[in-house]
Amino acid sequence: MEQRKEASIINVRDLNLFYGEKQALFGVDLAIQEKEVTALIGPSGCGKSTFLRTLNRMNDLIDGVKITGDVVIDHENIYRSNDVIKLRTKVGMVFQKPNLFPMSIYDNVAYGPRMQGIKNKKELNIIVEDSLRSAAIWDEVKDRLKTSALGLSGGQQQRVCIARAIAMKPDIILMDEPTSALDPISTLKIEELITNMKKDYTIVIVTHNMQQAARISDKTAFFLNGEIVEYDDTDNIFSTPQDQRTEDYVTGRFG
Amino acid sequence: MSIPTTNKQAEEIGKANKRKYMLERASQRVFLLCALLSVITLLLIIGFVFYKGAHPFVAEGYSFIDFIFGSDWVPSEDKFGIFPMIVASIYATIGALIIGVPIGLFTAIFLAEIASERLAKIISPAVQLLAGIPSVLYGVFGLAIIVPFLQDTFGLVKGQSLIAVILVLAIMMLPTIVTVAETAIRAVPQTYREGSLALGVSQIGTIFKVIVPAAKSGIMTAIVLGLGRAIGETMAVILVAGNSLIVPTSLTDSVRPLTTNIALEMGYAFGTHQEMLFATGIVLFSFILILNFVLAKISAKGGS
Amino acid sequence: MRQFKDNLLRVLIWLSAFLSVAVLVMIVGFIFYKGIGLINFNFIFGDYSPDGGGGIWPMIVTTIYTVLISLVIATPIGILAAVYLQEYAKQGRLVRLIRFATESLTGIPSIIYGLFGAVFFVTTLKLGMSILAASLTLTIIVLPVIIRTTEEALKTVPRSYREGSLALGTTKLQTLYKVILPSSMPGILSGIILSVGRIVGESAAIFLTAGTVAAMPDGILSSARTLTVHAYLVTQESGDIELAAAVGIVLIVLILAINLSATYISKKFNKATNK
Repeated sequence: MEQRKEASIINVRDLNLFYGEKQALFGVDLAIQEKEVTALIGPSGCGKSTFLRTLNRMNDLIDGVKITGDVVIDHENIYRSNDVIKLRTKVGMVFQKPNLFPMSIYDNVAYGPRMQGIKNKKELNIIVEDSLRSAAIWDEVKDRLKTSALGLSGGQQQRVCIARAIAMKPDIILMDEPTSALDPISTLKIEELITNMKKDYTIVIVTHNMQQAARISDKTAFFLNGEIVEYDDTDNIFSTPQDQRTEDYVTGRFG
Repeated sequence: MSIPTTNKQAEEIGKANKRKYMLERASQRVFLLCALLSVITLLLIIGFVFYKGAHPFVAEGYSFIDFIFGSDWVPSEDKFGIFPMIVASIYATIGALIIGVPIGLFTAIFLAEIASERLAKIISPAVQLLAGIPSVLYGVFGLAIIVPFLQDTFGLVKGQSLIAVILVLAIMMLPTIVTVAETAIRAVPQTYREGSLALGVSQIGTIFKVIVPAAKSGIMTAIVLGLGRAIGETMAVILVAGNSLIVPTSLTDSVRPLTTNIALEMGYAFGTHQEMLFATGIVLFSFILILNFVLAKISAKGGS
Repeated sequence: MRQFKDNLLRVLIWLSAFLSVAVLVMIVGFIFYKGIGLINFNFIFGDYSPDGGGGIWPMIVTTIYTVLISLVIATPIGILAAVYLQEYAKQGRLVRLIRFATESLTGIPSIIYGLFGAVFFVTTLKLGMSILAASLTLTIIVLPVIIRTTEEALKTVPRSYREGSLALGTTKLQTLYKVILPSSMPGILSGIILSVGRIVGESAAIFLTAGTVAAMPDGILSSARTLTVHAYLVTQESGDIELAAAVGIVLIVLILAINLSATYISKKFNKATNK
């Protein structure tokens, strides 16, 4: 256990989060391994999404949020550094609903690199193509790169969102229930994609779908009321959970 | 205690990012400055108008009571009483409200609830357009049509009168009231209508018992906006008011409301005379604040 | 009894609607009927002559000047102020103060703006009765309009756009000018167009700050008259209703064009976002 912690890319120690007076996360400890898929499960309102958003400091956008504890990503304590830009270029995010901008597909994927100052057209072309290929959507969109991204189907849009995150060449990609707004076939495609992506990226995914967690993740953390109840290999969580509450949840007794 | 981190922690922020953060801070200050500009101008306006307007009473020994309640305004003889104008402004505003509000509200009800979709689609945009017509034109209309009409009908020597002001202001506020109130009434959820109609309440009953109360705050806004347009109106009023300096005792008396007094004399006034026009402005300003306050109170009371 | 009351109210509603429409039709009809005889090329594009028979080109030019100058100043300030209020400010006393000030500015009648302009821009800043003094006064008048419409437009930009952009390691400023402002541009534009209407229709404040000189302005420091002030003055001074109505036609057509373009833009906007 201890040795694994050494290899972990994300190390969270005693993390507490408050919305004003209300505490939403209680002493969360978690070590996430490199190039694995880690799933965060739990009933709605348990704090799993809030926790995910502490990893790229998206909670900073909300007024009145206070955070104590340490989040160390790649040896850097992200709440002590003030370089949020650098953090977010290293830690990408895919949201619950596809949130492409009202621009062309190409401009969406090139958006992040451009904002980093990459202007060379050839370089951008390569980044866009590579990213769309990695997100398994290149073949579907290569002939319409200059058309509005909002004309794509929901599932396609979400894969372009993943491509947009990949275009930043991040180490880590956070996914906040990325398939909850999609039909089963699109969901399946994204799950396949995630499985393929883990050779290159560390993925942390929030899901309310336990089958999905079981299918695609290596490790699973079970959140309840702002605390981690259990964190282990996914197989163990689903076959031999140590905590009664975990067992109740994964067998569908509540949630 | 905390997890050991490498020296990278202290490593300076990348050069490119440093510039971005600097730009970020600078731009935020510029934005703040722009936002503060409206506060600054408001303070400037209040400051200048009040400084100028209060000067005669604070530094020159004029009595504020005489100013408010005096009925003689003869700048050449150093007499500054605006009581007739205050009365004229109050009468004109109340009169315009009495005529304009019910007609405007009923028209809004007609467009939103009774008229066919097709008819409403023709009338509503036309009314909306009229809300944007320069108010001077309402005055021109008043002078050319309403004033001669009053003259002939009531055998007046001069058709320019309080009633002419009231009619012009009522007409002028109509488009604003109709447009805003119609939007408010249309925003009432369909379920309210269905719920009431299903209980066997008639269409008219539903409108006045359910829909109008539900749209109350929007209707109040409509009235406040219409009122704002009427009470501050100047140039159109000059054309039809007659501008006599008497306390009106009848609807057919020629009047001079507060706004017109300022516009008529500002061009040549100087010294104390000019300051008294600013004082007139302060009274007008307070008048509007009080009216808005009263209306806010009325709508709050209606809510409880 | 109830039946009677219902019927009475129904009659009143129809009557009111008829009355409103009739009066409003009458006004427009009256202006066109009275003024159309004067409208010709020379009237619109000819120079003004005090003896009558001349054109209103100087007033049109003056009106255009005031619109352009006020918008050039008010638009950037208004947009950036709205951006501060919507995107940067934390809710608190400062924001409440700014909001209160903006709302109060909306409620001030234009004659008071005129008074302020006359003492501040004309006298204190020594601009004299001039197009510039009037335009600066108008800037203050339309500033709240632009701030409010821009704020409304910014509110319609989904939060997910902001999050999506920031999560890619961009700054707020980059997010603002690459994503947020472009998405809200149609809303902002229609706010600006509405301000044009407000400026064109304004009379009292201009009357007190730009003066009434009926000639082609030499520059922005000249005193001059706008179309509305002209319509007022020819009615008040010479009782020339035909001339005032003819100016009225030009104004109405202008306002109509302004409103139509605002509607067009917001329709296009809705289509674009529903896509």
